[in-house]
Amino acid sequence: MSSEIYKDIILDYYRNPRNFGDLPEPDVRAKDSNPLCGDIIEMQLKIKDGRVDDIRFKGKGCAISQASASMLTEAVKGKTLDEIKAMGKPYVLELLGIDPGPTRIKCALLGLKVLKLSVYGYLGQAVTEEVKQLV
Amino acid sequence: MVEKVTTINVSKLREDFPVLKRLVNGKPLIYFDNAATSQKPESVIETTDRYYREYNANIHRGIHKLAEEATLAHEEAREKIAKFIHAKHTEEIIFTRNATEAINLVAYSWGRANVGKGDKIVLTIMEHHSNTVPWQLLAQEKGATVEYVKIDNDGMLRLEEVHEIIDEKTKIVCVTQASNVLGTINPVKEIGKVAHRYGAMFLVDAAQSVPHMRVDVRDIDCDFFAFSGHKMLGPTGIGVLHGKSEHLRRMPPFLGGGEMIREVHTTGSLWKDIPYKYEAGTPNIVGAIGLGAAVDYLSKIGMENVYEQEREIAKYAIGRMSEVKDLTLYGPRDIAQRVGVLSFNLGDIHAHDLASILDEDGIAIRSGHHCAQPLMEFLNVPAMSRASFYIYNTREEVDVFINALEKARKLFAR
Repeated sequence: MSSEIYKDIILDYYRNPRNFGDLPEPDVRAKDSNPLCGDIIEMQLKIKDGRVDDIRFKGKGCAISQASASMLTEAVKGKTLDEIKAMGKPYVLELLGIDPGPTRIKCALLGLKVLKLSVYGYLGQAVTEEVKQLV
Repeated sequence: MVEKVTTINVSKLREDFPVLKRLVNGKPLIYFDNAATSQKPESVIETTDRYYREYNANIHRGIHKLAEEATLAHEEAREKIAKFIHAKHTEEIIFTRNATEAINLVAYSWGRANVGKGDKIVLTIMEHHSNTVPWQLLAQEKGATVEYVKIDNDGMLRLEEVHEIIDEKTKIVCVTQASNVLGTINPVKEIGKVAHRYGAMFLVDAAQSVPHMRVDVRDIDCDFFAFSGHKMLGPTGIGVLHGKSEHLRRMPPFLGGGEMIREVHTTGSLWKDIPYKYEAGTPNIVGAIGLGAAVDYLSKIGMENVYEQEREIAKYAIGRMSEVKDLTLYGPRDIAQRVGVLSFNLGDIHAHDLASILDEDGIAIRSGHHCAQPLMEFLNVPAMSRASFYIYNTREEVDVFINALEKARKLFAR
C-alpha cells in the first residue's frame, strides 16, 4: 500500500465532494460510522420507479472514506435498488481505481454500507449480515 | 546551561533489536509507535525462546527438575520487577495480562467491596480507556459517581480542580503518571497526598511511565500501580499490578481457580497468601520471565539514561515539527513536563491519511483517538496522529519523518 491511493482524482473528490449536502425531501436517509476511526457518512436518497432518482451525502473523515462516498453517489444515480443490493467491494475498488489495502479498506467501504442501509431501510427489509460486516 | 550528555550509544544499542534491520516498503523501518508497543531486544527474544526449548514446565506444584527451574525463573522475574519499581515487598507484585487487567483487578476486587451508593470515583480527562471504563462499570453497578479532573490549554492537569473535586465522598483517585496522548507527566505524588488526606485510595496507571523513567512506588506512596510488559521491551500478555501488601491481604480474590487456593472443600475454600491469591490458573510463565529479561536490559542502561535519551529525541523532534507549516502539536510545551509522546495534526489532513502516507516511507506512527475518547471530546479533535519514541530512535529518523510530513502536506495542498 502506498500514497498512490492519494491519486489526484481521490484528492479532488475529497477537496470538492460531488453531491455533498442535503436533499430537500429525501425518501430515505441512513447514517453510519466506522468505530475504528470515527469516520461518519450520511446518505439521503430520492427513489423513483425502483431507481435512485437523486442522492446526496454528508460526512466527516479521511480522504478515502469521503472520496469513495462521493464517487459512489455519482455512480449510482439511475441504478435500480436491486443493482445496489448486488454491489460489493469490487464495485467500490473499481470506482477508486486502486486497492487501498487491508488497513484502509473499511474506510473505502463505509459509503457503500450506508448506501445499502438506505436501500434496505427504504424497502423495509432486514439488513443482511454481509452489509453489517462491510465496515 | 550545561546539557547532560546521554551515555547511551544508540547505534550500538540498535543492533540489539532485530526488527530494526527490517525494510518496510523498501525503506528502513522507522518505528515511532512505541506508546502502543515497544520492539523487543535479542535478550528478551532469547530468554523466552530458551524457556520453551530448555525448561518448559508448569510452575509451583511440580516436583521435577523442569518445574523447579521454571518456578525459580518466574519468581526471579517477580523480584526483578519489585526492585525495578522500588517496591517494599516482592509479594506486592501481581502478574496480570496487562495494565488493563491490573486496573480491572482493583475495580472488581477492592472496588466491589468498598465502593457504594453515593461514593465518588475521581479520574482525569486524560485517562486511557483502561483507566476509565472499569470505573464507569463499577460506578454503574454501585450507584457511585465518576468525576474527571480537567486540563489547561497546555495539556497539564488543573491542580486546583484536584483539590476541588476530591472530598470526603471520594473512595478512590485514579491517575495516569504519563498521558499516552499528550505525553504530560502528572505530579502523582502530590495528587496522592490529596487523595490520602480524604482517606481515599490512590491508583496510578503507569503504562506510559514505567518504560520511560525511573519510578519509585514507595516515594509516590500509591496504593495501586499498574503497567504493561509489552511497552517496556517485554512480551505481550504480561502486565503488573503493584499494591500495598496491607490492602492486597485484605481484599477478596479477583479470579477463582487453581494456583490461587490453599484448600478447596465442597463447603468453601481458603486462599493462598499474596501474590498467588490473585493469580488464578496457569499464568503467563514465559511472559513473566521475558519481562524479567526486559527489566534486566533497561536496568543495565539505567532508567535515568533512558529518560535523558528520549527527552533529547523528543526535544529535537518538537523543534523540527515546529518548523512544519500548519502543524498543531498537542501537550505541554515544556519538555521537562512530558515523555516522548508527540500527538499532532497536520493542516486538515485526516490522521489516517497521514499514517498511510508515512507508512509508504517505512514510518510507523499511530492515528485515531488513541483509546482516549473523553480527552479527544474535551479537546474537540476527532483524531490525532502520534509519534512516540523509545531508546533506539535517532535524530536521523526524525529528519526522515519531517521530510515525510512535508511530502504529505504538499500532496494534500494540491
